[in-house]
Amino acid sequence: MEVYRTDIAVVGAGSAGLSAAYQAAGAGAKVLVIDENRLPGGQLFKQIHKFFGSRAHRAGTRGYMIGRELLENVTASGAEVWLDSLVYGMQKDLSLGVIRNGKHIVVKADAVIVAAGAKENYMAFPGSTLPGVMGAGAAQTMINVNRVLPGERVLMLGSGNVGLIVSYQLMQAGAEVVALVEGAPKIGGYGVHAGKIRRAGVPIYLSHTIKSVTGNGRVEKVEIVGVDARWQQIPGTEKTFEADTVCLAVGLNPMTELLWMSGCEFCFIPAFGGHVPLHDASMETTVKGLYVAGDVTGVEEASSAMEEGNLAGIGAARALGFLSEEEAKRKLAETAERLRTLRSGMFGEGRRKAKEQQLEAMEQYRAGTAESMI
Amino acid sequence: MEGIIYTGVPSKEELSACPGIPSEERMNRGRVACIECVQEIPCNPCEGACRFGAITIGEEITRLPVLHEEKCTGCGVCVANCPGLAITVIDRSFSETEASIDFPFEYIPLPAEGDLVDAVSRGGEVLCKGRILKVKKSKAFAGTAVISMAVPKEYIDEVRSMKRLPRRTASDTAGKNGKETI
Repeated sequence: MEVYRTDIAVVGAGSAGLSAAYQAAGAGAKVLVIDENRLPGGQLFKQIHKFFGSRAHRAGTRGYMIGRELLENVTASGAEVWLDSLVYGMQKDLSLGVIRNGKHIVVKADAVIVAAGAKENYMAFPGSTLPGVMGAGAAQTMINVNRVLPGERVLMLGSGNVGLIVSYQLMQAGAEVVALVEGAPKIGGYGVHAGKIRRAGVPIYLSHTIKSVTGNGRVEKVEIVGVDARWQQIPGTEKTFEADTVCLAVGLNPMTELLWMSGCEFCFIPAFGGHVPLHDASMETTVKGLYVAGDVTGVEEASSAMEEGNLAGIGAARALGFLSEEEAKRKLAETAERLRTLRSGMFGEGRRKAKEQQLEAMEQYRAGTAESMI
Repeated sequence: MEGIIYTGVPSKEELSACPGIPSEERMNRGRVACIECVQEIPCNPCEGACRFGAITIGEEITRLPVLHEEKCTGCGVCVANCPGLAITVIDRSFSETEASIDFPFEYIPLPAEGDLVDAVSRGGEVLCKGRILKVKKSKAFAGTAVISMAVPKEYIDEVRSMKRLPRRTASDTAGKNGKETI
C-alpha cells in the first residue's frame, strides 16, 4: 500500500482549502490539497457575479476571477494539488484514505485541514422526483461551468442569496424565470440581488411554497400555494405556472462526514445548517492537529470561507513550527479583523452570534477537559 | 407590503432616507450618481471606485454609502463597480423634454446606439420607450456594460433599466464572426 507523507494535508480545493494551502505552503510547510472534483476552486468558479465584501476581499471582482488568482497563488506557493481524488475516510491518527487514479493511497500528515464545504438541502413534494427538479447549485454548475441550460422556463424556490443569484444567472444564460417562491414572509437574501431579478420582471411570491409539480416524464406544470404563519398550506390560494425546470434553493448543510470519523466534538447550530465541529480561533478542532475551515464549520459565504482558510493555514503552520508564535499571532489577528467586518450588518449579525456560540462551546470544552485532568 | 425585504424594490421611504440619493436641486443641475443602497451589507467597492471622494463608507463596511453630491461629477465609474447593480447616473437636464440615465446591464445581446428599447421600472414594469445613447464597455468594468438611455423627463424617477432583448438563435448569429461578450 502506497503511503504519501506530507506536513499538512488539506481536504477540499475550494475557497477555504486553497486559502489554507496558500498560507501553510507560503510559511514553508509541505502541503497536499486533495479534491474529489476534476477541477479545483470548489464553488468559486461558478460564481460569475461580482463579489461583495471589502477591497481586502477582492470585492467587485467576479468569483471565478478570484478563484483563478487563488489557484495561481497556491501553485506558486509550491503546494501540491491532487484532483479527481476521493478522501473516503480518516483514522484517529489523522491518516487519510484516498482513492486516486483507481489506486488506494494512505496520506499521513502532521496536521489535517478539512475544508469539505457543504451540500444542498432537498425538499420533497408531489412530483419532486420528476426530471427537471434540481438544486439551484446544480443548475448553477450546469450554466456557468458546463455551459448547458437546464431548461427554458424556470421556477425558483427560495429567496436566499443562492436563489436570487442563480435566478439572475439563469436569465443571463438565456432562460426565463417564471417566478421566485419563498415560504417565509420576507426575502432572505440581499435586497440588491432581489432588485436585479425584479427589474428583469420576475415576480416574487412570499409566504408561498410548491404544492406539486406535474408532467409527463418531466416537469411541465408547477402549482404553488400560499402558506400561513405556521407554514400550513392555505386552500384556494393556488397558482399554476408552466415551467420545465424547478430549482430548489432551500439551504445548505455542512459536509461533516469525515469529521465525524475523526471523533471531534460537535455542537448543533441551526443558523449554520446543523451539526458543526467545535473549533478555536485558529480553527483547530477538539482533535489535536485537525483543523477546519469554510462551510464545513457552518454555512456562510465565500469571502468568510477564504478568511477561515487563512486562519486554519496559519494555525496549522504555527503548530508545526513553520511560523513563529509572534508572526502567527499578528497574522491571525489581522485575518480575524477582516472576518469580523464580514459578519456585521443586518445579514451578518446572525452569523457572528452563531460563530461566537461555536467558539464559546470550544472554550467550555477545553476548560472541562482541563478540569477533568486535574 | 412595501419595502425592499418584501418586494426587492426599495420603498419611497427607504429611498428618501438613503444617504446615497442626491437632492432634488443637485439632480436638476445635471449628471449625478444615484446610489440606491438601502441595506447594511458588507460591501465597499463604490467608495474605492470614486476618484473624487464623492462616495464614503468608512472602516465599517456594512455602513451605507454616503454620496457627497457636490463632489460628484457624474462620471459613472461607480455604476459598473457596484456588485449590487444599485447605482445609476441620472441627468435631468439632458434636454428640454428628455432626461438620461446610465445603468449597469449584464445581459446579451446588448442594445446598439440609437435603438429604441423598453424602459423598465425598479419592479420590471415597462414604462416607456428609451433611446439608447451609448453602450459603454471597458476592461475596468469587468464584464458589466454601462448603458446610457434617454427617456421622457416625466419617467426619470421611475425608470431604472431596460427590458432584456430576445435571445439570438443560432441562425441569427450564424453569419457573424465570433461571439458577443460584454
